[in-house]
Amino acid sequence: MTVKHAALAEKFIADEPRTDWHDETLWFVREKRDKAAHGLPEWEQLREWGSQIKNNTLSNLSSYLKEFEEKATANGIKVHWASDAKEHNEIIHKIIKKHGIQKIVKSKSMLTEECHLNEYLQHNGIEVVDTDLGERIVQFRKEPPSHIVLPAIHLKKEDVSTTFHDHLQTEKGNNDPQYLTEAARQHLRNKFVESELAITGVNFAIAETGGFVVCTNEGNADMGAHTAPVHIACMGFEKLIPKAEHLSVFLRLLARSATGQPITTYSSHFHKPRPNQEMHIVIVDNGRSKQLGREDFRNSLKCIRCAACFNTCPVYRRSGGHSYHTAVAGPIGSILNPNLDMKANADLPFASTLCGSCTNVCPVKINIHEQLWKWRQVIVAEGYVDTSKKLGMKGMSFVFSNPKVYRFMGKMGRGVMHLFPFMVNNKLNIWSKQREMPVAPKESFRDWYLKNGKNQK
Amino acid sequence: MKVALFIPCYIDQFYPNVGIATLQVLEKLGCDVTFPLQQTCCGQPMANSGFASLSKGCDINFVQNFAGFDYIVAPSGSCVLHVKEHLQDDKHPQEALQIRNTIYEFTEFLTDILKVESINASFPFKVGMHNSCHGQRGLNLSSMTERMLPEFSKPEQLLNMVKDITLTKAKRNDECCGFGGTFCVFEEAVSVKMGKDRIKEHEDNEVDYITGGDTSCLMHLEGILKRQGSTTKTIHIAEILNGFL
Ligand code: SF4
Repeated sequence: MTVKHAALAEKFIADEPRTDWHDETLWFVREKRDKAAHGLPEWEQLREWGSQIKNNTLSNLSSYLKEFEEKATANGIKVHWASDAKEHNEIIHKIIKKHGIQKIVKSKSMLTEECHLNEYLQHNGIEVVDTDLGERIVQFRKEPPSHIVLPAIHLKKEDVSTTFHDHLQTEKGNNDPQYLTEAARQHLRNKFVESELAITGVNFAIAETGGFVVCTNEGNADMGAHTAPVHIACMGFEKLIPKAEHLSVFLRLLARSATGQPITTYSSHFHKPRPNQEMHIVIVDNGRSKQLGREDFRNSLKCIRCAACFNTCPVYRRSGGHSYHTAVAGPIGSILNPNLDMKANADLPFASTLCGSCTNVCPVKINIHEQLWKWRQVIVAEGYVDTSKKLGMKGMSFVFSNPKVYRFMGKMGRGVMHLFPFMVNNKLNIWSKQREMPVAPKESFRDWYLKNGKNQK
Repeated sequence: MKVALFIPCYIDQFYPNVGIATLQVLEKLGCDVTFPLQQTCCGQPMANSGFASLSKGCDINFVQNFAGFDYIVAPSGSCVLHVKEHLQDDKHPQEALQIRNTIYEFTEFLTDILKVESINASFPFKVGMHNSCHGQRGLNLSSMTERMLPEFSKPEQLLNMVKDITLTKAKRNDECCGFGGTFCVFEEAVSVKMGKDRIKEHEDNEVDYITGGDTSCLMHLEGILKRQGSTTKTIHIAEILNGFL
């Protein structure tokens, strides 16, 4: 098994003040979410509805997708189907080439990150400007986003200041957020005005109407889509919901879960291209139907990408998004990514204490920590695990299946290493790097019991 | 009421006092307690590491030891949760099911089955309660900040019956301590950082002791406290309820 997450996390934690700051910033968002959710007496009911609507959608996906395609096409939207990331990128490239377009703006979309669209287009000589502020910052720095809602949450304002000084010629050392935001705004304004094509994500697509909704707090998706003559929206097929009336459930859940806002600042509804505009929608599978077919993991397709599970996750908060080395980090990413590439992401389901906070915070009731547990079983069964770990586990299994051996081993050493060899499967005892070992008592509980317990009386 | 005492392997080997306290509290409360002598481990360390397939032998041994009692009680929420969710024995499915349905974590057994209303114990110290995740979220021993449901805590309900105790709450009352089974070694850096943060919040409250219902969390926190040379100690809730002094 790869140890990527553990190693990357260790690197992140080496800067402890920054780790604390990261942890506290995200916890602040989590607390805002608590307050917002507490304001709604029907919160748990909403979660149940959200979950059930998604159950219904996933059980009838093909008919809803068909319905969506018909309605959207009738509205004048061009619908494309992409079976994987490559096809998704090629479809977009084709549209760009057809129009001979140079100037492209994109609003934040985790799907295009998942498909590595930016790299693909760049490779083909096409530049795209990310217009979400956080996304623009990480784009300047040639880094992937570290969080699906707050892409630059791993950066402090000092980092942003340096980045903007390098790319936007802002004053060196000026860390004033207002000043920096204004600089970004001026820079992006020109990009919007000049743009010939806008790429956006999709938060919800509605089968009944053939329309879709994009939620942003900066209005950048709207700015792009409203100025450019061509609009391409990209969605994973799980973004579908059956009816427009279901939107109310999800819009209330999404903003509160994501940032603690009662509603996202801009929830923009798109139904058809405006006169002289071209509107495309690319519907992507990229492993989703495979996940739909895995009974234990299909629930993960309910995800509305609010990132509440990131903010609540004690591991995510202390290891940073990049330690997950995938587009979608955090607890839900650790379920989605092994589906995309089990070998490369075999470490992720283990990057959790299984504390269960994610499951309970999730607005659509995904049993996240149970799925992490199940992935571990699958990954071990498929053989993506270190031999040393396997040997340690086999040893333990033998010891614990045989009471006499267990007691002998206990007596012999009464040390962690004898009973739990996995704790010392490396040259150094990892437990005691930063912790003392428990002090071994003279007698076990059983020894005491034989002398003092009822069985002896 | 025939109660079987399950003392998880690491408590048996490293924390016999927790086992003794658990046994004595149960006996004081009038239970007829038996400690099945061939017990070992519940199999959780293997299962949580992805090796549930290797816990068969453990499971069979567990069923052999614990079939036929009215209740099974253990001072470890985490092990109880594992047994409740995963215990399996193809040859004795009925017995396994019976065990899964009648195994209780120590504090939950006291509040829900014995319905304890008073406890004869005094503990004149400042104490911070550490909620273990498996106890809190897995076994529903206390409410959690993620869910918008009424607040409650079974362990705190018991601690409040102890004389002279001063209970404090950590700022993030239900944050994980980072033990997480094999997580504590395979993700050592994150695990220790989480433990340090947990400790700091309790130390901000100037507690004498950190207590909880899961010895594994306490073992992890104790390891860090000792390495830091801290005067804060850890103590299992059974020891407090048993009148540790
Ligand atoms: S899994 Fe749940 S909590 Fe996490 S991002 Fe998706 S919807 Fe939000």
